Amino acid sequence: MPDDLLLLASVGLPFIGALAAGLLPTYARNAAAWLAGAVALVCLLLVWGLYSTVAEGGVVRFEVGWMPGLGLDFVLRMDGFAWVFAGLITGIGFLVVLYARYYMSAEDPVPRFFSFLLAFMGSMTGLVLSGNLIQLVFFWELTSLLSFLLIGYWYHLQAARDGARMAMTITAFGGLALLAGMLVIGHIVGSYDLDRVLASGDRIRSHPLYLLALILVALGALTKSAQFPFHFWLPHAMAAPTPVSAYLHSATLVKAGVFLLARLWPVMAGTDAWLWTIGTAGLITLLLGAYVAIFQNDLKGLLAYSTISHLGLITLLLGLNSRLAMVAAIFHTMNHATFKASLFMAAGIIDHETGTRDIRRLSGLNRSMPFTSRLAVVAAGAMAGVPLLNGFISKEMFFAESLTARASVPFFHDVLPIAAMLASAFAVAYSLRFIHGAFFGPDPVDLPRTPHEPPSWMRFPVEILVLACIMVGILPAATIGPFLDMAVHAVLGAATPRYSLTVWHGFTPPLVMSLIALAAGVLIYLLLQPYLRRGADGTPLLRRVEGQRIFERTMVFLSWRLARSLERLFGTRRLQPQLRLVVVVAVLAAALPLWLREEPLAEAGRLLAPTEIDPILALVWAVGAVCAVGAAWKAKFHRLAALILLGGAGLVTCVTFLWLSAPDLALTQLLVEVVTTVLLLLGLRWLPQRIGGAGTRAARDLAEATARRVRDFIIAVVAGAGLATLAYAAMTRQPPPDSIARHFLERAYTEGGGANVVNVILVDFRGFDTLGEITVLSVVALTVFALLRRFRPAPDSVELPEQQRDQDAYDDARPDRRVGDTAADWLLVPALVMRLLFPVIGMVAVFLFLRGHDLPGGGFVAGLTMSVAIILQYMAGGTLWVEARLRIHPLRWMGLGLLLAAGTGIGSWVFGYPFLTSYFAYEELPVIGTVPVASALLFDLGVFLLVVGATVLNLIALAHQSLRGHRTVPRATAPPTAVASAPDRAPAAAVAGDG
Amino acid sequence: MELILALGIGVLAGSGVWLLLRPRTFQVIIGLSLLSYAVNLFIVAMGRLKLGAPPLLEHGTAGDPANYADPVPQALVLTAIVIGFATTALFLVVLLASRGLTGTDHVEGREPGS
Repeated sequence: MPDDLLLLASVGLPFIGALAAGLLPTYARNAAAWLAGAVALVCLLLVWGLYSTVAEGGVVRFEVGWMPGLGLDFVLRMDGFAWVFAGLITGIGFLVVLYARYYMSAEDPVPRFFSFLLAFMGSMTGLVLSGNLIQLVFFWELTSLLSFLLIGYWYHLQAARDGARMAMTITAFGGLALLAGMLVIGHIVGSYDLDRVLASGDRIRSHPLYLLALILVALGALTKSAQFPFHFWLPHAMAAPTPVSAYLHSATLVKAGVFLLARLWPVMAGTDAWLWTIGTAGLITLLLGAYVAIFQNDLKGLLAYSTISHLGLITLLLGLNSRLAMVAAIFHTMNHATFKASLFMAAGIIDHETGTRDIRRLSGLNRSMPFTSRLAVVAAGAMAGVPLLNGFISKEMFFAESLTARASVPFFHDVLPIAAMLASAFAVAYSLRFIHGAFFGPDPVDLPRTPHEPPSWMRFPVEILVLACIMVGILPAATIGPFLDMAVHAVLGAATPRYSLTVWHGFTPPLVMSLIALAAGVLIYLLLQPYLRRGADGTPLLRRVEGQRIFERTMVFLSWRLARSLERLFGTRRLQPQLRLVVVVAVLAAALPLWLREEPLAEAGRLLAPTEIDPILALVWAVGAVCAVGAAWKAKFHRLAALILLGGAGLVTCVTFLWLSAPDLALTQLLVEVVTTVLLLLGLRWLPQRIGGAGTRAARDLAEATARRVRDFIIAVVAGAGLATLAYAAMTRQPPPDSIARHFLERAYTEGGGANVVNVILVDFRGFDTLGEITVLSVVALTVFALLRRFRPAPDSVELPEQQRDQDAYDDARPDRRVGDTAADWLLVPALVMRLLFPVIGMVAVFLFLRGHDLPGGGFVAGLTMSVAIILQYMAGGTLWVEARLRIHPLRWMGLGLLLAAGTGIGSWVFGYPFLTSYFAYEELPVIGTVPVASALLFDLGVFLLVVGATVLNLIALAHQSLRGHRTVPRATAPPTAVASAPDRAPAAAVAGDG
Repeated sequence: MELILALGIGVLAGSGVWLLLRPRTFQVIIGLSLLSYAVNLFIVAMGRLKLGAPPLLEHGTAGDPANYADPVPQALVLTAIVIGFATTALFLVVLLASRGLTGTDHVEGREPGS
């Protein structure tokens, strides 16, 4: 396989694996583990397959255009530095999968765990291989998200939920800052491509925005790598299952911050500002983390603070602006990943086999699990920096740097050696506590479980990692040397300094420092024994300064107090004041430009010659105005009258559209008018009776109501007059010269193949908008359907309407009639005509649809026509009659329509064109004549189906309520025993079940 | 004729706003419909009045904007009308459901003073 495809596979495969694992049955522990293990192993091999290219100093790139106009491409880029990280991610990932198989209990939904873990592996690999800054941020955020999901894996535990939320809040905040920082860097460089950014170091450092970019990037990196003052999320993330802690919170996720700092080191480091921000944060974190770690009573808590401290060490090294320190930083990153992951796994084994992680309860495990304890002792030795282990060598480098680094700020220079030794002594102390507390001393008493060695495969990953610690510790140059060299060269290039990877440098000052630190660490541990034995919680001297408490206060302030006061200020539970506010603000916003303009309104723009007054249309509008005002007047007490008047106003609108040369709109308006009226008529049945004039209100209420009306009347008049003025002013003036209308008119036929410009715009030029519109339409219809499935009518609307009751009573009283006969005979002649009209209207719909591309018509209009035809059948024959004869499946029609419309769009991809590119031609058909054949027609067919489906679904869902409401009455009084009620229910249930 | 159309739009909008501010749900739904007529007409009128010139081209030609009404607002309004129907349906169902739940058709979910 070519190298660039290997690259793509190593990022893509974990995501595919995650998807597959997510689809496994909930408790398929072994299947999920096999899958995850195989994926991780394959990824490791893929990364390994790239070694030869990268080791020669080559850079493998995989590139796909994404939004080239914005400088955003999907770029995967692997150099030696990224290779080392990718190797760590996939290698430790594989070991963690193996470990997790035994760690996770069979009662846990393990496939979900592996799904998240694999997705995390993919995101982390994507992060380190990103060749584009924005893409890097994307993967960065993905890792935060998956870390959230993994910490919260046992979401039934409060601690897991809280820890997950805290980690998410902190790292996502950092991610946002990082995104801003990347945008600033992109702005400085003029490109987001990593290679170009890495080539513009001088430009970045000398730019006035450098400081801003530095602070933003630092916020991202320091939050992610749990650096002071954002370190407190990491201990809380220990609520995650231990494999997650071993993988994310020691080896990979928290290394993302230092990865980024090292990645940008060549272009951003070298300034005092860098030293101050990064160096100071690292120094404080190094000391603070190590100090707090000593006093942790939880094994994982101790390791978490130790991780914080070691990350602080790496950050500090990166912050020193020294190339040798940079080498040490990369080296220590690798070492820390191996010994810390193995220690976490050991802690997990202890927890798993004894049931507790509390150092105060554990002791003497050396006898019951001798093998594990020896592994842990070696790993802890590496953590403490004992000679002949890998931690020792990187610590030596650090000591050497602390003595020789030429910090431009003298303060650092003085403090560094002492701080380095102090932190190292603390590290020795907490490593001792870990080992001594858990494995030595008297036999443990009263443990939840009897301790014994874990399954050998559970210990295997620890063995591998500990072996690595020893190998690197004894033969550094032969084992890790080539990889370290490759990574350092990738970052520093030609400026790579000479460094030596040997265990014995002679009796040098760093060695002396090491020995002093070791001795001091043992001494500290011995001196602290009495205090630690008391088993107090918390850290001496630092109990009051807790980042966590500040965080919680901030969260309470933001999410509770601030939110509440904002809601008090701007929110209201009442609709009326809200609507009033909206209308008033809209009117003011429209009026504002008039105030602000300088030249008087009357002189603005060239006037158009007014069109002549058409007396008939003027008359029509007189009627329209009466209808509108009448509807406004009658809407409270005479709903039916208001509805009819509304229809009148709608018809006037329709005529006006026709007059305004918009035949398509007139057609659509007419049809929508019909369906809206039917819809509202169906709704009337469920509204309460309201008899006017029965005013028994107190005089004060009456006065209040009058005042409200006067105010609303004024608002309404102002809004109406304002809109009228605006309309008049715009209509009588020359339109702006360069309207996009020209674009559409010129291209509608020549490029879209249709003479009806409006239709061509809808299905071709702006097809994507239309796709969105019909999606909205289907969502609304589904919402209506869903709301009505749980519909409970008000008690006073449940009874049959008065008219039906009268009819039924009449039928009941006459021996020759059955109940329902009168209702069935009602409007018999019109009903027959309506039935006969069904095929005719259907034909018209087809006609309107086919001619839509050239003449008024199209999918919207035809769809509405078709639904009118169906609704007429419901009105004529009743719900049961229709559904016994016609197959009404609006949900399927909608689905089909949406698929067809989207599929037409996707179809153009097959031919290598962008989404929704349309094809057209004119075909000669026998009998019918020339017909435009365009792929837009298929799209329009989708629109047609969807409009029919959505409209019919809205209407019949409402119509069915009468059937349901009708049924509830007899059921309430007597249980339905009659067989006759069964067919009544069946069709309604069929339609309901359809969805 | 511009004057009459403008006045018509104004009357529709005024009636719509008045109903929008009323307390009963049915009034609000009628008001919204009236307001949407007004707004749709307003948008189409922004293409200026052009009589007897629907945007239907001669076959095989590129259209000249001088000879046709502006198709852009028409395309906008066409979808607006259909979406308007959908929102009316949604609103109607919401108000029916809310009446079923609260027992009143007042927009605030309870009778004033209760």
